[in-house]
Amino acid sequence: MTSSLLIEQLLNGVQFGVMLFLMSAGLTLVFGIMNFINLAHGSLYMIGAFAGAATQAATGSFLLAVVAAPLAGAVAGLALERGLFQRFYARDHLDQVLVTFGTILALNEATRIVFGLTPLRMNLPDALAGHVEIIPGVPYPTFRLVILGVGLAVAALLYVVIMRTRIGMWVRAGASDRPIASAMGVNVPLVFAALFGVGAALAGLAGVMAGPILSVQVGMGEPILILALVVTVIGGIGSIRGAFVAALLVGIVDTFGRILLTPALGGMAIFMMMAAILAFRPKGLFPAHG
Amino acid sequence: MADRAPIGSGWRERAPAVLIVFLLAATPLVARALGDPFIVKVATRVVVFAIAAVALNFVVGFGGLVSLCHAGLFGVGGYVVGVLAWHDFNAEPLLFLPGTSNLLVSIPAAAVVVGLLAAIVGAISLRTSGPYFLMITLAFNQMFYYGAVALQKYGGEDGLQIMSNVTLGPFDMSDRYRFFYLALAFLAAAMFVLGRVVRSRFGMALRAASRNETRVIAVGVDPWRYRLVAFVISGVVVGIAGALLAAGQQFISPVDMGWDRSGDLVVMTVLGGIGSVWGPALGAAAFVVLELVLSSWTSHWQLAFGLLVILIVVGLRGGLADLGALAFGRRGTETAHG
Amino acid sequence: MRIVLAPALALTLLSSAAFAADPVKIGFLSTFSGPSGQLGQELLDGFNLALEQNGKTIGGRPVEVIQGDDQAKPDVGRQVADKMIEQNKAQILTGINFSNVMLAVAKPALDAGAFIVSSNAGPSQYAGAQCNPHFFAASFQNDTASEAMGVYLTAKGVKKVYLLAPNYPAGKDFLAGFKRTYKGQIVGETYTTFGQLDYAAEIAQVRAAAPDAVYFFYPGGMGINFVKQYDQAGLKNSAPLYGPSFSLDQTVLPAIGDAAVGAYASAFWAETMDNPQSRKFVADFEARYHRIPSSNAAVAYDTARILDVAATAIGGKIEDKAAFRKALETVKFTSLRGNFAFNANHYPIQDFYLAQIAKDAKGRPVMAIREKIDTGHQDAYVGQCKMAAD
Repeated sequence: MTSSLLIEQLLNGVQFGVMLFLMSAGLTLVFGIMNFINLAHGSLYMIGAFAGAATQAATGSFLLAVVAAPLAGAVAGLALERGLFQRFYARDHLDQVLVTFGTILALNEATRIVFGLTPLRMNLPDALAGHVEIIPGVPYPTFRLVILGVGLAVAALLYVVIMRTRIGMWVRAGASDRPIASAMGVNVPLVFAALFGVGAALAGLAGVMAGPILSVQVGMGEPILILALVVTVIGGIGSIRGAFVAALLVGIVDTFGRILLTPALGGMAIFMMMAAILAFRPKGLFPAHG
Repeated sequence: MADRAPIGSGWRERAPAVLIVFLLAATPLVARALGDPFIVKVATRVVVFAIAAVALNFVVGFGGLVSLCHAGLFGVGGYVVGVLAWHDFNAEPLLFLPGTSNLLVSIPAAAVVVGLLAAIVGAISLRTSGPYFLMITLAFNQMFYYGAVALQKYGGEDGLQIMSNVTLGPFDMSDRYRFFYLALAFLAAAMFVLGRVVRSRFGMALRAASRNETRVIAVGVDPWRYRLVAFVISGVVVGIAGALLAAGQQFISPVDMGWDRSGDLVVMTVLGGIGSVWGPALGAAAFVVLELVLSSWTSHWQLAFGLLVILIVVGLRGGLADLGALAFGRRGTETAHG
Repeated sequence: MRIVLAPALALTLLSSAAFAADPVKIGFLSTFSGPSGQLGQELLDGFNLALEQNGKTIGGRPVEVIQGDDQAKPDVGRQVADKMIEQNKAQILTGINFSNVMLAVAKPALDAGAFIVSSNAGPSQYAGAQCNPHFFAASFQNDTASEAMGVYLTAKGVKKVYLLAPNYPAGKDFLAGFKRTYKGQIVGETYTTFGQLDYAAEIAQVRAAAPDAVYFFYPGGMGINFVKQYDQAGLKNSAPLYGPSFSLDQTVLPAIGDAAVGAYASAFWAETMDNPQSRKFVADFEARYHRIPSSNAAVAYDTARILDVAATAIGGKIEDKAAFRKALETVKFTSLRGNFAFNANHYPIQDFYLAQIAKDAKGRPVMAIREKIDTGHQDAYVGQCKMAAD
């Protein structure tokens, strides 16, 4: 492998990882801080992608699509949280798995009824459709660089908000001790609902960013959900920093596994990595609690 | 009399299981009366998945360990039967052993192979707990899945067809009624044996460890060993279920061991109710029958199925077993769970 | 003797009178849920259109279509097929779109006495050693579209080709078919995980190998992902995309959009096919379902036509299995594909065309037929088939 190809593949790995991070950030926050396993996180990603594609089809604007998708994700997420999921915060993980599993089936089928069977199209504006030669002789798709930039910006923003602001403090307080946080005047249900909404908006954003690269179709949320769960667990549930590192790790290992190993082994690469990491670090790379 | 003596001996626990077995045992008679032998095939599928769900619940409900690699173990059991039958049909020795289509040999072989694999997976996975256990077992499930895809000789992704006639000793098992009763016998045995184990000293330690690990360690019990043994027992039973699936439908494929099938097994288990040994059997029956009936009505059946699952989990905290308990006039699920 | 014979004769007469009134029962087993659910609907729509135009009859008898969802899972497909045959008394099975489902379903269904007339899946097993008197593929054998493209690229003098497909049997069939007829140099052959999302790494490998053309088989969502990403990587002009029509048909083209324009497909049928029956079919389909039909719908339409023509030839008595088999083997009908005949292994002998993705009058991407590249193509497995007598 030549060095420019090696750098290109590394970039591919990092870019794929950053896309997984967009998806995993919301999942790990909801999972870690609210102790709620939301398998329907992939459905919110799908809703974002469909909302984006529909907005673009109606208005012709990619920018509006990028705005509409996180909004749609947040609205759908909040509706689910208030209407259904909040009853399950105090219940067993298994009940949470079951209720969100039912939600996946229902939302997938509802999307199919509304949008029909043919996958939707998302076009890129001309400015983003081309490629840039960042490595000499290797043109790289502009839009993938945009995903890279958006993902890094979201990571930085989340880190600052959670670690350095009052809102972040409430969130951390609500997670570590709910009754005491309530007693001290933090409106925990409100904080949780807001947090769920932010997680859902991030999933919607991930959906619309994936739209121009991947097929916008019913069921698109589940394969990416599995990868996001892998990232969440390797990073340590609830840790944004862990999710970021794990996402890059998964992106890079998956990329190089695919080009260096046989197809069957390549498909297994990230799962073998996860098993190995958890065998030695049973709470992931950056355990958030204890 | 009958209603006084069994108190404390687990009769209340056992009665629904016995009822389930008796009801299932009657389905071939119903099928004959209606002239609809297809009912027996559905009942066989119900029984096979009931065994798998009961096996899974042994670790989920009583050990607090939610495993997502049970479809993988289930599939390995099926592949053992399939591969042995393939070597029998093609008259080609497997390493140095001849193949066989005799279930008296291939089901125990499946149990042993799956038991060994479960021991390896369990020993590594049980270092973790909670959601981490869920995900590390998912990783192992994917390894089993891709392992089966890589078996090019045995069909790869296309799956493996059993071309020979499956037998049980001298009996031809291609007769669906005979096969159904064989599977049912395994379900009855699984519920009986696992029920005994749950109520034994071992089962008490296992359940105690899932509720309060520190206290169990304080009295000198190593939960890891208990959990590992439980995981292996559960794996062996689910492997037998997989062996029965392959033998019954004369086919096994990697799709039978995908992560979504592992998810289905968890859904069956929780749907039925994790508080009792027999609850998951109800869940499996509901799952298999609903899937078949709803999908024959409309191609949008998953909408109805999803909403139904949500309704059940919102309305019945102990799963479908609660319905049974209501019918029996008491909360039977609490006996084992709380 | 007479006394015994007379009622028997009366019974025969009665039952043949019953033929005309009893509906022909067809089990339509396909994938209707999950990510591949679109395929089942596409097949069913094409099939139903032909039935509707025929007054919902087959061979002069009313038709009852029993629809079933295999969820793309072989064991589920097997159960639904059993139900169709045993409970609904289906006489003919069709619709199956995945080879692995077909392989799980075919043997027990044939053993139970049903006919299988496939409108899509055409596994090599049933084209070769496992060929069966009651198994017909009205569609295609997996390898054939690739074989035709191999012939074409060799004739065109394309020297270096890079191959890509998912790592499953159909993917291997497609690439094996291509390699069977292509005489140039294969500079790379990559199998990816089934259902893979991101192809950036593979595309980088393609760029590094600098091929003259890329031959790929990615059906459904995988194809949408791959073609879009390949276009964004800017390789479309230096190494144009070639594929079987299944990678570039109307199930995926609306979702890929402009990224597919310029790519080439080898096809036995395309929506721009220039014959009167096909032009009518495309117009009728669009009027009925508001979208351009894919080749899947076209083949399903042909399948219903084949069933009707064959059944009509024997007066609708498909219960006479030997006669129905014979009628199917020798069926003569005006196929949407132009020339069509069943080979000795009950798989098609058909022509292949080179199509290029271009925009139609309304700006929608379609497969535009450029030239005929192979006439009377038959699959490579027919020699292994020893077709049994009845």
